[in-house]
Amino acid sequence: MGLLGQALSWLADGSHWVGTGGVLQRLAEHLQMFVLVMLIASAIALPAGLLIGHARRGAFLAVNAAGVGRALPTFAVLFFAFRLTLRYLPRPFGFWPTLIALVFLAVPPLLTNTFVAVRGVDPDTIEAARGIGMAERQVLLRLELPLASPLMFDTVRTVAVQVAATATLGAVFGWGGLGRYIVDGFASYDYPQLLAGAILVAVLAVVIDAAFGVLGRLPALRRLQV
Amino acid sequence: MGATAASSPWSGSPRSLRPLEVSPRVEAVRAPADALIDWSWLASHTSTIAHLAGQHVKLTAIAVAIGLAISFPVGVVAYRHRKVYAPVSSFAGILYTIPSLALFALLVPYTGLSTVTAEIGLVSYTLLILIRNIVAGLHGVPTDVQEAARGMGYTDRQLLWRVEVPLAMPVIIAGIRIATVTTIGLVTVTALIGQGGLGALILQGYRQDFSTPATVGAVLSVLLAVAADVVLLAIQRVLTPWTKPAEVRDVVQRANPAAAVGGA
Repeated sequence: MGLLGQALSWLADGSHWVGTGGVLQRLAEHLQMFVLVMLIASAIALPAGLLIGHARRGAFLAVNAAGVGRALPTFAVLFFAFRLTLRYLPRPFGFWPTLIALVFLAVPPLLTNTFVAVRGVDPDTIEAARGIGMAERQVLLRLELPLASPLMFDTVRTVAVQVAATATLGAVFGWGGLGRYIVDGFASYDYPQLLAGAILVAVLAVVIDAAFGVLGRLPALRRLQV
Repeated sequence: MGATAASSPWSGSPRSLRPLEVSPRVEAVRAPADALIDWSWLASHTSTIAHLAGQHVKLTAIAVAIGLAISFPVGVVAYRHRKVYAPVSSFAGILYTIPSLALFALLVPYTGLSTVTAEIGLVSYTLLILIRNIVAGLHGVPTDVQEAARGMGYTDRQLLWRVEVPLAMPVIIAGIRIATVTTIGLVTVTALIGQGGLGALILQGYRQDFSTPATVGAVLSVLLAVAADVVLLAIQRVLTPWTKPAEVRDVVQRANPAAAVGGA
């Protein structure tokens, strides 16, 4: 039986799915991390990007945030988050470093693209809205936000995939999640486990991408209004 | 593809060659006693650091070069034939979606802990960014310019090389910049499959509970990314001095909602 076959039978073995360290537990950890990071990063980056875009100030900061974020290796951010939290937030082991590093990864592109999306709204349209007596707050929430929301949502989708994917690295620093199987598979030369972990993570990333793709077609999200 | 664990390249290799030897070291929870940087360590390890930085540059350069060699013809075909663009873009998108550690893990049983494994992964992450920017750049060429060239009797090939590619160059180079900076970040992960580079310093810092190597690795990786970005930008300014940075930036930003993230 080829390696791939061994990996598939690893996955088909029900005993690998339940109990402590089972796939279901790892998947739950992975998804919990994913949801937390997306909520925190969105709560920071989306309002900030909207406000900076509306004010049309701080463009330099907003545009370059993604560039800086891209240049910072997540692997290094994980390491330093690990060192920093070791003393104050040691448990659950590896949880906080992973959370912090992923938020660091997610905020810059969300901020930059929200800014770009809001700035891309036609200035004449905004002038017209002001002309008919809309307050700044209304311009932001009822004009700029809905017009910017398609690009914002595309970014959220991409960031979501990257966050789910990169959460794998948390296992290198002792956290759980599906990356556990890859790291443990490497360490113990357990190729079927290694491949099974890789398949699980890849499938999760593709499923999240597809799920956000479907969500993104909802009219409510194409024209966000508050 | 029928490799088994027994014939794999590193079965039976000594323990020290293991790429990952990380277990939840709960018992190792202790205060980070060391400072971010120990200058004497740095002074005594300059040649190792230079070697690893060299590996980092080499891994990045090969990945971007191969990525470009694949993306350019594919991008041109996708630009000419709209029907090709959707499947090509989706395929590159799926590759981009697969986590790097997972992709490396999928390849290791077949191609081993080798440069080939690292490069397959790194190249596949450049494709989406490069193809999108090549196509966006070519689409940005004004129709009247193309028609004027055709009116002057340019063939398809002449139109491509003398008109379309030069005018698309700023956006294409912007794509190369994003791909390069992203790859430099990703190369740090290849340390996990034993390919050296600056990630090896970060891994060493983790294993030895010693910040200095990791600080050096992280700082150099960022500096490398910034330097590569600046050099490529300078090349673009020299090659296409007529472009307005703001216009290029807007096209690029819209072509790359996906590429805005570094990630791993």
